[in-house]
Amino acid sequence: MFLPWKSEARLGAYLVRRSALMLLTLFGISVIIFVLLRIVPGNIVDILFDTAGMIDPADKARIERDLGIDLPLPQQYFVWISGFFSGNLGYSYVSEKLVVAEIALRIPVTLKLAILALFFTVALGVPLGVISAVRQDTAIDYTLRVVSLSGLSLPSFWLALLILMAFVSWFGMIPIYTDTPDSIWDEILLLAVPAAAVGFRSSSLVMRLTRSAMLEVLRQDYIRTARAKGATRNSVNYRHALRNALLPVVTVLGIEAAFLIGGLIVTETVFNIPGVARFLVEAIRSRDYPIVQNLVMMIAVVVVLVNFAVDMLYATLDPRIKYTD
Amino acid sequence: MSSPSYESELVRAGARAEGLFGRSVHFVRLYPLGAAGAVIMTVFVLAAVFAELITANGPLATNASRSLAAPGADYWLGADVMGRDLYSRIVYGARISLAVGIGSTVLGCLLGVVIGLASGYLGGWFDLVTQRIMDILQALPLLVLALVFAAALGPSLQNTIIAISIPLIPTVARVIRSNTLALREQAFVEAANAIGMSEWRIAARHILPNTVAPLIVLATAQFAAAILTEASLSFLGLGIPEPHPSWGRMLSESAAEYMRRAPWLVIFPGLAISLVVFGINLLGDALRDMLDPRQRG
Repeated sequence: MFLPWKSEARLGAYLVRRSALMLLTLFGISVIIFVLLRIVPGNIVDILFDTAGMIDPADKARIERDLGIDLPLPQQYFVWISGFFSGNLGYSYVSEKLVVAEIALRIPVTLKLAILALFFTVALGVPLGVISAVRQDTAIDYTLRVVSLSGLSLPSFWLALLILMAFVSWFGMIPIYTDTPDSIWDEILLLAVPAAAVGFRSSSLVMRLTRSAMLEVLRQDYIRTARAKGATRNSVNYRHALRNALLPVVTVLGIEAAFLIGGLIVTETVFNIPGVARFLVEAIRSRDYPIVQNLVMMIAVVVVLVNFAVDMLYATLDPRIKYTD
Repeated sequence: MSSPSYESELVRAGARAEGLFGRSVHFVRLYPLGAAGAVIMTVFVLAAVFAELITANGPLATNASRSLAAPGADYWLGADVMGRDLYSRIVYGARISLAVGIGSTVLGCLLGVVIGLASGYLGGWFDLVTQRIMDILQALPLLVLALVFAAALGPSLQNTIIAISIPLIPTVARVIRSNTLALREQAFVEAANAIGMSEWRIAARHILPNTVAPLIVLATAQFAAAILTEASLSFLGLGIPEPHPSWGRMLSESAAEYMRRAPWLVIFPGLAISLVVFGINLLGDALRDMLDPRQRG
């Protein structure tokens, strides 16, 4: 990375400062997650005892000791967080398997879904945004604006349900996810439908952003210069305008990538896809706190890291941005 | 600026619009989509307020013989598996949806404004601490944070409002803070300082009114997000509990189960959510163009 306008020393100081803030944020969110899951009425042992009808207090104390929830809260927190950073996440209450194994098992599907959804987001959002801006205030612009606004208005789980319904009435079947697809194309085809349901929303966002960024850029003097020197319309729109307009889009795309998990939670639930997002809801419902706690913490780590990466990328792409805060 | 189009420019800019009616006509002409959004919102608000008057059956009244009845003369939008009138449930559901939407938006904006104003105006360590807390709240996607709060607080109407309002705070606080920082340097604030106004009075009387425009724009976006989040939470079974008719809840598994036999159970509640949010978004876009010309696209 050659950045003649930025001194190396300032970059170093910036990195140190940003990393410290990142750790502080992660510490804060870990405390919030930990405290929230401790104030939930009724701990797992109470629930076990209620459902099993056991009353022996000695048994109860033994189970609490086994699970480590008889320790004082700060100590419990310390045990958890040191385990989190050393990869020792404990055991699921429900399946009694290692939390790491349970979560790792479900990551690939969610990751594939997220990548496909991002693909839809960019492949639909950017070109349509450009068309909408270049043809500002025409019928096509109005149509695209209404479509993108409806994309932001449809709950993604409803869109998913509608798609399922269409499958049922047209093909008489529901595309059921299997973890042993015949080929990679089969798998992509299976995942494409839920990915499109999730991606529609973020593509609408990207489209609106691309449109307004393009309109902003198209008003600039250097675009007039490019037109005056006789550059073709496509050259002006794509080489001169789009490249500059994409900057804010890249930022939002990065943040959206991390926030896709919100859409995936409901979509995985509707399509019965065994990914981490659906797993989080299942764990919350069954009060499987080791899973909830670690999974939410992992999401926070991903979000914070992505934000950091986007900031760095932004500073690299835009020479006007300096490493001060 | 004495071009021939000066008068028509003035009319376009609304300078000649007088009275509530004149202003409304001006708004409709300039922002037809925004006006459509306002109409949609008005219909839903009226439906929520006058739910008793426009429905024949109670939203909770069951009728086993009419289980999964198709849309018809008695049940306009059909009935669910327990024979409850879907139309009444959707009309009453508007109450829940709007209550949660308005409740959490007002709560989130109120807290966000207080935090942002104090943070921007006081600066110093208070600013530093609150900004870090806002960082922390923004480290999780809206739905995930709302899910964790909803799970911790337990399912109820009030708890759902609280759970959704908390993730809304940081965005509001950030916008108000940056506006406050810019306003603090303005001459009129210096003037107020010079004549010996107290800090709080300046913040409340001179800074706050100047942040109203961006706040309104932001609040409409938050309102839409709050309604969608409530629908998602209830859909996942962690939001509004039974027997309240929540649109999101109506769509959860039971609806999915009967989608082959009773597609209306899937279509209408989702349509209600989408229409309300679409109306808010249309209105929000128009308000943004009107109040915040710098962001006009």
